[in-house]
Amino acid sequence: MSAYSVTEPTGRSKLVAGLLVTLYAVVTLLPLVWIISTGFKSGPDSISYPPKVVFDPSLEGYVNLFTTRTRVAAEEFQNLPPPETWYDEIVRDSGMVIAGPSRFGERFLNSVIIGFGSTFLSIFLGTLAAYAFSRFKVPLKDDLLFFILSTRMMPPIAVAIPIYLMYRELGLSDTHLGMILLYTAVNISLAVWLLKGFIDEIPREYEEAALIDGYTRFQAFRKVVLPQAATGIASTAIFCLIFAWNEYAFAVLLTSGTAQTAPPFIPTIIGVGGQDWPAVAAGATIFLLPVMIFTILLRKHLLRGITFGAVRK
Amino acid sequence: MAEIVIRNLRKEFGAFTAVKGSSFTIRDGEFFMLLGPSGCGKTTTLRMIAGLELPTSGEILIDGEDVSQKPASQRDIAMVFQMFALYPHLNVRRNISYPLVSQGVPKSQIAAKVAEVARILGIEDILDKPVGGLSGGDRQRVALGRAIVRNPKAFMMDEPLGALDAEFREHMAEELRALHDRMRATTVYVTHDQLEAMQMGDKIVVMNHGVVEQFGTPQEIYDHPATLFVADFIGSPAMNFLRFDGQARAGAQSIALGDTVMDLPQLQEDAAGALVLGVRPEHVTLADDALYRGRVEAAEYLGTTQIVTLSTAHGPVKARIPSGQVARVGEKVGLRLNARTLALFDANSGRAFRTAANAGVHHG
Repeated sequence: MSAYSVTEPTGRSKLVAGLLVTLYAVVTLLPLVWIISTGFKSGPDSISYPPKVVFDPSLEGYVNLFTTRTRVAAEEFQNLPPPETWYDEIVRDSGMVIAGPSRFGERFLNSVIIGFGSTFLSIFLGTLAAYAFSRFKVPLKDDLLFFILSTRMMPPIAVAIPIYLMYRELGLSDTHLGMILLYTAVNISLAVWLLKGFIDEIPREYEEAALIDGYTRFQAFRKVVLPQAATGIASTAIFCLIFAWNEYAFAVLLTSGTAQTAPPFIPTIIGVGGQDWPAVAAGATIFLLPVMIFTILLRKHLLRGITFGAVRK
Repeated sequence: MAEIVIRNLRKEFGAFTAVKGSSFTIRDGEFFMLLGPSGCGKTTTLRMIAGLELPTSGEILIDGEDVSQKPASQRDIAMVFQMFALYPHLNVRRNISYPLVSQGVPKSQIAAKVAEVARILGIEDILDKPVGGLSGGDRQRVALGRAIVRNPKAFMMDEPLGALDAEFREHMAEELRALHDRMRATTVYVTHDQLEAMQMGDKIVVMNHGVVEQFGTPQEIYDHPATLFVADFIGSPAMNFLRFDGQARAGAQSIALGDTVMDLPQLQEDAAGALVLGVRPEHVTLADDALYRGRVEAAEYLGTTQIVTLSTAHGPVKARIPSGQVARVGEKVGLRLNARTLALFDANSGRAFRTAANAGVHHG
């Protein structure tokens, strides 16, 4: 029972609220819908004016995204054996043949390795640090916390040049490890601060009960604190992953080959075989999926993460 | 089960000293109360015995072994927390079995042990429920279950009834005492509630500002408070204090309180200067022929008794008298104090002078 009662909103204010939320959803979702639909358009449909809302769906964009294609001479084209697969057929229809796979798959995998790797590392280090800051007497605790936060006080890209030089010296340029470390360094301040808040909310008595029940400090942390902090860890992980996944500027600057992530790769599709908007849109759509799935899986926790501290239990 | 000996125990938090050199002994099987107002150091003392705080100096002996610098997990004690601290992600059964799991007890034995504990506490029907939805009393029982399941050397209880409703508290207090009488386990119990301490404890330590004020049985502490603080803290209404300047030699059996000579238990040391005469409300009777006079200011009716507040030359006095006796507000009456029960304190140090009555009492 709460001490204050809040009047149930009236029908009209509910309606107004509903309309506003719908309007906001339309505004934010429209670009997404446009990107997803463009991915399924044919080349001409994607640039037709006025824009086509209804169109014949085609997988050309997705095929082009994953393949490289070459034009062959007309008579040679006539003599080719019939296409073996559905994607061969789509490519043939545009008068070309598949030359091999594109680099999108590798780039996407790089994004997964670097995004999830740095998220895992940020959460792992962040949880340990947050627990220590929350529970132990750390010398210069406040100064250290401020120092950690201070890394957030300027846009990370402001230090792009020193980082570029440093990475070149250390041989970390264009490596998975280098990108994981970089994103971890940016995310860890967020992780420590968010997680410290969550751990502060967990009563110490739980750990003390575990200590008395015969568990060591680390066992108490692992078996009692971690399950309690799961919500906070999940929402912090989402924030970290979204940053690492979407990061563009450092990825452009520091990666070009082996460790290049999807964000700098997708724009390079333009120019390979003309302005292939369906392929770009298909790349963007696939790129959206992991974070979307991850967020949907953890959305319960995310909601609590956003409102955390607002409500005292 | 074990005897716990505390020697010169001291705890400093930076510049603040929470416990200033406590010493006392908790005998095997005793229900031992640490009593005092909030901030007096009682919880810190308990936490040091449990191993959740390490003492700055001093010794804690459990069964003769000095454990003062050992971690909690190696002391083999159990604790019930004020807010119960049940593991919220585990159900009742797993909460109770948790301490056994840490010791690597085989599963079949754990199941048998949990069943036995559940039977003792009458919580067999909630074993598979999550702890979140339990009532205060059931949470309390689960917390007790988690404590008694592994036969520890001693139990620590930090205001375990503090989170319960007033009416339920009394019931749980009886249950706790009954459980203790059945198990005869050494129990250290922290409370700020003097009634709870008197009702349940075999022995009480009264603490204030990190100092042990008095150590003894509930009767000793109630009848013969060692200091003004204890006299004031224990009992409701509190002991009456008549403040005066006077003197008496060792061996005296009376003292002059203004113009009236009051009989006392025989003094065993000299008393002089600013003094305080202490008398419990139930040891004040109204008698028309008594020489010491007071004026009735108020009367509170309590059923079988009433509390009459009187003003005297040495301050207000409350008397607990039968409710049938008439006391009209504004009336002047005589007060007779039961001589055998009086205590005489030094107003400056707060210490009770030794008399024939309190000679055996243990001072802090």
